[in-house]
Amino acid sequence: MKVTGAQAIVKSLEAEGVEVVFGYPGGVVLPLFDALYQAPSINTVLTRHEQGATHAADAYARVTGKVGVVIVTSGPGAANTVTGIANAYMDSVPLVVITGQVATHVLGTDAFQETDITGITIPITKHNYLVDNAEDIPGIMAEAFHIAGTGRPGPVLIDLPVDISRGELVFKYPERVNLPGYKPTVKGHAKQIKEAATLISHARKPLLYVGGGVLSSNAAKELKELAELMQLPVVTTLMGKGAFPEDHHLFVGMPGMHGGKFTNYAITETDLLFGIGVRFDDRVTGKLATFATKAKIVHADIDPAEIGKNRSVDLPIVGDAKAVLAGVIEELRKMNAQPRTDSWMRVIDDWRTRFPFHYHTSETAIMPQHVVERVRELTKGRPTVYCTEVGQNQMWACQYLKIREPRTWASSGGLGTMGFGLPAAIGAQLGRPDHLVVNIAGDGSIQMNSQELATASINKLPVKVVILNNGYLGMVRQWQELFYEHRYSSSTLPQDCPDFVKLAEAYGAFGIRVTKLDELDDALVAAFAHDGPAVVDVRVEREENVYPMVAPGGSIDEMLGGIPGGPVSEMLDEELLEEVWE
Amino acid sequence: MQHTLSVLVENKPGVLTRVASLFARRGFNIDSLAVGETEDPTLSRMTIVVAADENAIEQITKQLHKLINVIKIQDLDPKDMIDRELVLYKVNAAPDRRHEVIEIANVFRAKIVDVGKNSLTIEATGTGDKLAAMEDLLRAYGIKELARTGRIALARGSRDA
Repeated sequence: MKVTGAQAIVKSLEAEGVEVVFGYPGGVVLPLFDALYQAPSINTVLTRHEQGATHAADAYARVTGKVGVVIVTSGPGAANTVTGIANAYMDSVPLVVITGQVATHVLGTDAFQETDITGITIPITKHNYLVDNAEDIPGIMAEAFHIAGTGRPGPVLIDLPVDISRGELVFKYPERVNLPGYKPTVKGHAKQIKEAATLISHARKPLLYVGGGVLSSNAAKELKELAELMQLPVVTTLMGKGAFPEDHHLFVGMPGMHGGKFTNYAITETDLLFGIGVRFDDRVTGKLATFATKAKIVHADIDPAEIGKNRSVDLPIVGDAKAVLAGVIEELRKMNAQPRTDSWMRVIDDWRTRFPFHYHTSETAIMPQHVVERVRELTKGRPTVYCTEVGQNQMWACQYLKIREPRTWASSGGLGTMGFGLPAAIGAQLGRPDHLVVNIAGDGSIQMNSQELATASINKLPVKVVILNNGYLGMVRQWQELFYEHRYSSSTLPQDCPDFVKLAEAYGAFGIRVTKLDELDDALVAAFAHDGPAVVDVRVEREENVYPMVAPGGSIDEMLGGIPGGPVSEMLDEELLEEVWE
Repeated sequence: MQHTLSVLVENKPGVLTRVASLFARRGFNIDSLAVGETEDPTLSRMTIVVAADENAIEQITKQLHKLINVIKIQDLDPKDMIDRELVLYKVNAAPDRRHEVIEIANVFRAKIVDVGKNSLTIEATGTGDKLAAMEDLLRAYGIKELARTGRIALARGSRDA
């Protein structure tokens, strides 16, 4: 029996077990939306903007581990997904984005709503397709899901001309795909893994540097096992948050530009930096020439191109984080290695005690860090997914929340996309209906996709938006204060425009404003208890900065602000050191 | 240092764009690029000549490997490859000087493929060195136009398993 191309797409989605798609219809993608209308097993979520759809699918993928799916029309619809696709590409999130396209016979003629979306997205997709034959649809769909979800995950785009979606084919979904040019190395090299285990067993000051790759490969269990087996301290990057419980005594924070001083000291002082599923991003490393110079570097990643890209390594391991970690654990057990980091942990704990995150509290003003701390405390014990926008709000969320479980954190890392948080919260809520979903937002960032409050409201998704409203593009203002002599060029936003409470109410959400410190808890509690989406507009101290901070291009152990402390060479407690190295 | 990459790719639309776009966005310069179908019509071979240090060539190779349509990459060893390029030179040659130009072409085992009133068109194949030497001599007469294919290369047969 023959089906149409559009039906074949839907049947392929069903074959892949897709339950939710995010999208927005338009002219040439109508056959596909018509087929979706007749597919009861798939929940098609209409967002209010294609960027929102893409971020929602992105966060849905982050919290579920499944491939996120987006369906939009050609031209502007497709172009509006570009930021979302780039975001997913930078953060290695699996997406399949299906874009309608003008009919094949008018392709290349600048037809109405035509845009070369495969050309546009080459640099920001793992792969993309322009379908020119309806019979190819099942094969392309199977390949797309396979490519998006395996190896180093990433977005794949399928451009579907309208005549192809109306074309006919006999549907048969392939059981396996055969891509001669795509064979990710999953299992790490046995000799290298053994060597890594030996290095760990010999190191006096080892440090695990963990990124999103550990979450992608669902390796949190193995990571914890390795850390506890050898008592190894762990730092997680912004993308790695949740891979290791942040209330664990071996957790040593997030490294980099706004990481902990104690974290950056640990990296600067370690003698064995074992990077797993990380990419030595500039926000982490600061000045490369002074990054972890005392350490031997082991770098395990499934993408060989990341190894040695920014930092030369002593021991490269190409492989999946889960397989590599399991292999290292096995080797360590075989050699009956014993933990020897007691002294090293005492040094780190000393730094942790002397250089915690710190801000000046106030009797009257609402400090943004305090708001994040209250969110943390008021959600304690309740399964919660935390999303963020981008900017100061995001960095304070990194510093003051405690992420305990894998896939309960969704923040735009590599691309730093303002406007990510709200649609992300929507995607996360659909992926985890039983969780409380909180979006830590800024008054600038939230306005980039605030139209998605409609999506939350209409779909009864009870996401909570906590706006740290300081009336500025806070991070921009902070840089202008520090590096542009207080010239706040285009970074001031009136705190009361828009009126976020009225905005929430206009969309049928619960809105509440907090202008006094003693109103904060009640407002948060009310919002979290509300049976629907809620917006809390918190008027925070306006010119608070995120500290500590590594100056752009600076060494990570030389941080501005926070509790005074110089480079790590000056911060070593000599007495403690002598004692511990004896 | 100059590297000659022999890249086996799927013979599909858009693959050249993907490769070229990768070089452009990662900031790698292509000296020359030649593409054509191979003995297997589903595959094409791209011969890409690129000047890069060891770190850069490693990145280029790894990034190329990430393209789904790229099947195999060889960084050919200059001592162990056969490489050729074809060049067409249209050279000024008034009747009284024609024989001089023809003599140069002969020395380099090049062919005269067209004769005009005041010009000769020469077809030459060879390695980069030979063609550069010839071009140097022809320049004295005035090269009106020049077209080159870019280098193509294969590893020597002794390298085969």
